[in-house]
Amino acid sequence: MANFITLFDTYNWDNTLESIFNKTTVEVENALAKEKLDLEDFKALISPAAKPFLEQMAQKSSMLTKKRFGNTIQMYAPMYLSNECQNICTYCGFSMTNKIPRRTLTDAEILKEVAFLKAKGYDHILLVTGEANKTVGVSYIKNAIKLIRSQFSNITIEVQPLDQEEYELLIENGLYAVLVYQETYHREEYKKHHPKGKKSNFNYRLDTPDRLGKAGVHKIGLGALFGLEDWRADSFFTALHLKYLQKTYWKTKFSISFPRLRPHSGGLEPKVEMTDSDLVQLICAFRLLDEDIELSMSTRENEIFRNNIVQLGATSISAESKTNPGGYTVEPQSLEQFEISDERSTEEIVKMLKGQGLEVIWKDWEHFEAIEK
Amino acid sequence: MNKILKIADKEFTSRLFTGTGKFSASEVMKEALLASESELITVALKRVDVQNNEDDILTHLQHAHINLLPNTSGVRTAKEAIFAAELSREALGTNWVKLEIHPDPRYLLPDPIETLKAAEALVKLGFVVMPYIHADPVLCKRLEDVGVQCVMPLGAPIGSNKGLKTQDFLDIIIEQSNVPVIVDAGIGAPSHAAYAMELGADAVLVNTAIAVSKDPVAMAKAFKLAVEAGRMAFEAKLAPIKNKAEASSPLTSFLN
Repeated sequence: MANFITLFDTYNWDNTLESIFNKTTVEVENALAKEKLDLEDFKALISPAAKPFLEQMAQKSSMLTKKRFGNTIQMYAPMYLSNECQNICTYCGFSMTNKIPRRTLTDAEILKEVAFLKAKGYDHILLVTGEANKTVGVSYIKNAIKLIRSQFSNITIEVQPLDQEEYELLIENGLYAVLVYQETYHREEYKKHHPKGKKSNFNYRLDTPDRLGKAGVHKIGLGALFGLEDWRADSFFTALHLKYLQKTYWKTKFSISFPRLRPHSGGLEPKVEMTDSDLVQLICAFRLLDEDIELSMSTRENEIFRNNIVQLGATSISAESKTNPGGYTVEPQSLEQFEISDERSTEEIVKMLKGQGLEVIWKDWEHFEAIEK
Repeated sequence: MNKILKIADKEFTSRLFTGTGKFSASEVMKEALLASESELITVALKRVDVQNNEDDILTHLQHAHINLLPNTSGVRTAKEAIFAAELSREALGTNWVKLEIHPDPRYLLPDPIETLKAAEALVKLGFVVMPYIHADPVLCKRLEDVGVQCVMPLGAPIGSNKGLKTQDFLDIIIEQSNVPVIVDAGIGAPSHAAYAMELGADAVLVNTAIAVSKDPVAMAKAFKLAVEAGRMAFEAKLAPIKNKAEASSPLTSFLN
């Protein structure tokens, strides 16, 4: 079977970027008038030519989101299990060369963190680890999923890319979704930011959603880390990836995240800035491209931005996230992967959402496949 | 007074069935659903915590005239659907199930093959099975053969509010069916609902159009009235549509 790499290799970064910047007002207007948009329309909507149409895009995005998702927002909580990592990533607080204390949660510690999140009401959880095969390889992740499975309807992971068989094993044990961001689709820049470790293999990472699709995971989360390269080109390739995957793995759901580089210990300055207005433009463009895609917004963004984006197209958000292992109760003082920006409590976020006429969805899944066990 | 609708052992005065998704708050949902006077309300098992007596959605649906219709939304296979139905029968104490198997997460289109398999098994297990399906007349007959108590063909893709895009097939289904036909999905306006009833559908199921409206309570009432009006018109027998006026000089008058 063909894979995304074959398709991706037919594209050229510079030409793609140029074609985005060459989009005209007329092309933006046409895209806005269409019901079914293609990737050329998407390019128009993320182009500088679309800036004067931002309000129109936001209105349409809001309307489409409400039609599909109703007046609701899903909530989830990330839980960092380990900061051990054998990769060097120039932008990450857990990068191997950063001299920070390393920690991997034990079963007892995991359950302690879980108790905290359950008390807050969470039923969808995102488990995060660094990339250290010996300590946090498949067997560690499998154990963690089994340990918490009875307490969460929906378990997602954001860990090192794995092989298809490894994903199949985790799915059998209750895994629902996997987030795997390409960071950047710019091959050469990618190499610069990931000089060492398994992650330096661009193609293996790019092929990960294909392996996930073949393994039959329920949901795959895509995204690029904004700040490494031009956000417009990276977003186009994310959309290209999405469209390919939707056609190939038609039973799989997809979500898009929009991480922008945040300060961390040993930090990297963004090479390409992405403004708030750019981010709104991008979120609306994704919604106009795809009515049913889940759009996720983390606590990387600030209060004002998050208060507004929940009406504009976002469908799921986190709150009071800790990006250090044991950050909720076990060891709150340890070093974070990055600083979050919106520090409001879960209760405050829920109140904010209700105040805006949005119902919080805590639970939107059930382990229906349990009969297989 | 319109005729009473009977499905399995239950009788319904209201031919408007509703759903619980997409509302801005549980209180709004409750008020709208009461205003709709709906007696059969579907709820996604994946959205409720069946182990929790204080589940927000379920507690807001405790009302004398409301019958819960758990649905299997989220399952991808017959096997998962059967598991979900059994889970709901045990936890919610009802053997009614709205069978929804849509492996495609984008348009939520029902899988006819898995649906037929699951329906057959669930009927044998004693369930009242209400299958959500394409407007496929042959599939409706196959489902009838395995013992489902009604069929629920779609009018248009779920949540699309596009109305009765499948009308030609709905006409055939209504004509041929020996079990109640409930038009599910796609109904976006009270006029669509009234039209479905005029065509002879036994009931309609509406969710998005009510939940996402600016005033869900008023919209629920509008749907209630439309469904009643449409049914009344159907029972009163609509005058046939005529494309031309009757010819003033008939061609057969020479026979008189």
